[in-house]
Amino acid sequence: MGEQNSSNETSRRNFLKSGIVAGAAAVTGVNLLSSFAPVEDKGQKVKVLTPEGNIVEVDDAKMVPVKEIQQELGLTELQKRGREGIAGKHWVMVIDLAKCRNARKCMESCQNAHHLKPAQHHINVLQMQDGEHTAPYYMPKPCMHCDNTPCTKVCPVDATFKRQDGIILIDNERCIGCRFCVAACPYSARVFNWTETLDEKNAYEVPYNIELNVPQKKGTISKCLFSADRLREGLLPYCVSACPNGTYWFGDLNEDAVTNGTTGETVRFSQLIEENDAYTLLPELGTKPNVYYLPAKDRQFPFSEEDKKKLEESRHQH
Amino acid sequence: MAQTLPKEEAKARFSKIVSDLTKPLSQFGQSFQVWGFVLFTIITLFGYAYFLQLRDGLGVTGMHDYAAWGMYIANFVFFVAAALVGMLITAVLGLIGIKWITPVSRIAEMVAVAFAMMAGLVIVFDMGRPDRLLNVFLYGRLQSPIVWDLTVVMTYTVISLLLLILPMIPDIAIIKKNLPNAPKWQRITWNLLSFGWTGTPEQYKSIHRLVRVLAVLIVPVALAIHTVTSWLFASTLRHGWDSTIFGPYFVTGAFVSGVAAVIIAMYIFRVNYKLENYITDFHFDKIAKLLVLTSLVYFYFNINEFLVPAYKMKQGDDHHILSLFVGEWAGWFWFAQVFGNILPIILLLFKKMRKPTPMFYLAILTVLGAWAKRYIIVVPTQLHPHLPVQNVPEAFHVYYPTGPEIAITIGTIGMAITIITILAKLFPVVSIWETAKEDGVDMDTINE
Repeated sequence: MGEQNSSNETSRRNFLKSGIVAGAAAVTGVNLLSSFAPVEDKGQKVKVLTPEGNIVEVDDAKMVPVKEIQQELGLTELQKRGREGIAGKHWVMVIDLAKCRNARKCMESCQNAHHLKPAQHHINVLQMQDGEHTAPYYMPKPCMHCDNTPCTKVCPVDATFKRQDGIILIDNERCIGCRFCVAACPYSARVFNWTETLDEKNAYEVPYNIELNVPQKKGTISKCLFSADRLREGLLPYCVSACPNGTYWFGDLNEDAVTNGTTGETVRFSQLIEENDAYTLLPELGTKPNVYYLPAKDRQFPFSEEDKKKLEESRHQH
Repeated sequence: MAQTLPKEEAKARFSKIVSDLTKPLSQFGQSFQVWGFVLFTIITLFGYAYFLQLRDGLGVTGMHDYAAWGMYIANFVFFVAAALVGMLITAVLGLIGIKWITPVSRIAEMVAVAFAMMAGLVIVFDMGRPDRLLNVFLYGRLQSPIVWDLTVVMTYTVISLLLLILPMIPDIAIIKKNLPNAPKWQRITWNLLSFGWTGTPEQYKSIHRLVRVLAVLIVPVALAIHTVTSWLFASTLRHGWDSTIFGPYFVTGAFVSGVAAVIIAMYIFRVNYKLENYITDFHFDKIAKLLVLTSLVYFYFNINEFLVPAYKMKQGDDHHILSLFVGEWAGWFWFAQVFGNILPIILLLFKKMRKPTPMFYLAILTVLGAWAKRYIIVVPTQLHPHLPVQNVPEAFHVYYPTGPEIAITIGTIGMAITIITILAKLFPVVSIWETAKEDGVDMDTINE
């Protein structure tokens, strides 16, 4: 796991060094700071947004790796706060399809953070074409964190549940592996650990963090968590921060504010949605997603010829 | 009911019935040993395959994220379906006073008990974390159809067991008396399950009352178990599962597979236990007509389930329907429809076909078709999700069960057959006292 973990660390540090940490906020300022252990200053400052809306500078060296936080808190506390969620929040994501050029940095950072195997995607960039003569486009697809949730309804043991801030989590300490939620999810957002996980292979032993779903366990489900662990620290989700193209906006519906993961710009959610004619995925199913899409209009990046050919072929196969 | 026979004749008739029906219980000949060995091998292979699955995870199966339910769930649905026949014959036909079910109802109950028990177990074999089975009881959520399913499957198993054992108590007392030299395991079971039966009119009366109450109770429970099983699929938003008629569609389909399974069991017991005088051509003729009736009803539901969406060809449904009708699943689909539904309707209209031997072979085809039907209900839908399947290995576009998976599935079928085999070695497969009563033997003779 060392390699996985360190690359995860590096990418996070790189992100922090880029100097933008904004938008999402943790429960309280005290909480936010208390999750950093007292370490000697090294001079490198990063900006963090507190729940009160203040931007504070925190020393980079004071940022503690996730693993240590997990060890410090222990399973019971992690489970408790993980199930409760962050009070007063209603997280939303906006994905600007015009900006996506299939760089897949989101997929990469997500897989690193959650210790996933190459075929396991919490977020998956799909190549879409709605009709035979319509334009193809790239579409990142995380979990929609629906308000009318097909998946949590069917879970027999409350191992997947929606918390007060709208995030749908997995408790792999409780999951019995019946895979009913996989069958129920119309967005194919869930993955199952069919065999030994990377964490088990690498004997990565830390108390289970329900907000990160790590360590992964064989015979249980995994899925996109809106990076609940990052939100608790006042950081944007892994995928949102990793995007080089400004595709993702993330924020709080209650505050009506979303922040761009690439530019750090914060805008009104309602305005962004209205001005760009945003939509949700498969609205006819009535799932009420919390992920919004801005149409792939005036695209900054063309759909590659190679991908066009592939799409064509897959259509003929069906 | 025949007229009461004179005392001497009644005695002779009764002892003939007893000896005919109990003889198979003490025969453990060579063919039985071969049969036992076959079952033992199947279950041993199962044990090894399940050990692999426990060690390496569900990844030893052909399942993946785009076919998260596979052969196990199809098999589960089939088991629940086959179990429903107990309710149809004992409860529905029994309560409305159909007489010809006397030599059939115990066989139907044995089939029901075996498949209901195994249905519960099959679900456990499908779990990623069977070690956490208790979580279902510790943290069970009423919203989940799985919790409803477990509840009703267990209830149904218990009621079916009672419906098997209660009417059998007088018989157990009879065989206990008549087979004093039986092996110890048989005698212990009989001693336990005869519950101090002496054959007083009060005892008969209370059995009769209990059976009637249970027969009424089992009707809604049986409808519930298969309706809820259908809701495992119908409660989702997927193409091919998102159907409002799945409940009755499953229930009517269950009667077809259950009746076919009972025909197979009837034939095997008739031949092996030499019961030609008890399970007669008359009974086969009757149950053949029952199979035609259930198949016709099921046919009606199939037309609704497939032709209405096929007429509309709604986006998403179109892929699913075309793959079944003419696409990659067409072989499975037409096999299931022709053998599992259409052929019984056509062939059994002919009197010549309503004979034990042709019916036996037809019933085998019907059961295979019924099993295939469950497979194509479960699998293809998942392979055609709403959003494209991309950035995953090529293998995620198809589903092929693996060796261990097939071994486990065959193992569970083997276990169900083992349960039936054991039951049929412990208890007469045709009711002694009811047969004697219908033949005109007076109750005094039966209770002597």
